[in-house]
Amino acid sequence: MSSASHSASNYIKIFYILLVLTIVEVAIVYLGLPKMLLAALLIIFAVWKAALVAMHFMHLKFEKRTLALVAITPFVLCVFLILMLMPDIFPH
Amino acid sequence: MSEAAVLHAEAEPQESPLTPESWGKLGMWLFLAGDAMSFGGLIVGYGILRHASNKWPVPKDVLGINLTAFMTFLLIVSSVWMVLALASIQENNKARFNKFLGLTILGGVLFLGCQAYEWTHLLGHRLPELGISFTNNLFATTFFILTGFHGMHVTGGVIYNTCVLVAVNRGRYEAKHVEIAGLYWHFVDLVWILIFTFVYLL
Repeated sequence: MSSASHSASNYIKIFYILLVLTIVEVAIVYLGLPKMLLAALLIIFAVWKAALVAMHFMHLKFEKRTLALVAITPFVLCVFLILMLMPDIFPH
Repeated sequence: MSEAAVLHAEAEPQESPLTPESWGKLGMWLFLAGDAMSFGGLIVGYGILRHASNKWPVPKDVLGINLTAFMTFLLIVSSVWMVLALASIQENNKARFNKFLGLTILGGVLFLGCQAYEWTHLLGHRLPELGISFTNNLFATTFFILTGFHGMHVTGGVIYNTCVLVAVNRGRYEAKHVEIAGLYWHFVDLVWILIFTFVYLL
């Protein structure tokens, strides 16, 4: 019942933040920024948006620790996946 | 009397800081964690192939991002409708719930329509113009695998949400079931946000 306490206005606020972030993302692609800067900005915005969806729409912010642990596991494993593939990505 | 109370207390499942409020929710989260690893594997594989390739087209120039930006918008709006549908059924407002879950499903169907249009256009015109097909080019292969895998999830979500809509109106499902369906739908939205960035924008 604790999740019933979030009002609809709260969700609408998150929606506007997501909308603005998406517009900014598309806009900076057209700006012609340096490649590394653009990539860094885009990844920051994407992670930011994904976190907003998980925290507010999926109520992760208001859940017990169990679900947070479950949610974080695939990201930890993906980091391991990238680390383990490093020798193949950057030979020598 | 007190003996009965003790017996009753013993029959209750043990609470721990790790016990979830709802086992169904935990089940859905476990499924989503596994699903996230499928997507994670595909996205990491995409990144490695792209890094290792000498020639990789600028995705924006081949794919075009205006339609996809609209598709992102559709899924985000659809996610908001889903949370509003959940809030409505938690307040026992069935008419409002039907409206918002109906809109959620409509958002998913429109997304799939846009994707079908995009794929048709790419396969029929854009890729042949560039002399590549999805069988002879890593850029095209990874694109269709990633967006296709996600599109299958949207299709599954539309079917799932439709079943939930029917079950609630027949009185078999309640708010807690809607919440679990919502988790899946938001996850599909979340993954699209990442795919939109990595496949289309970067």
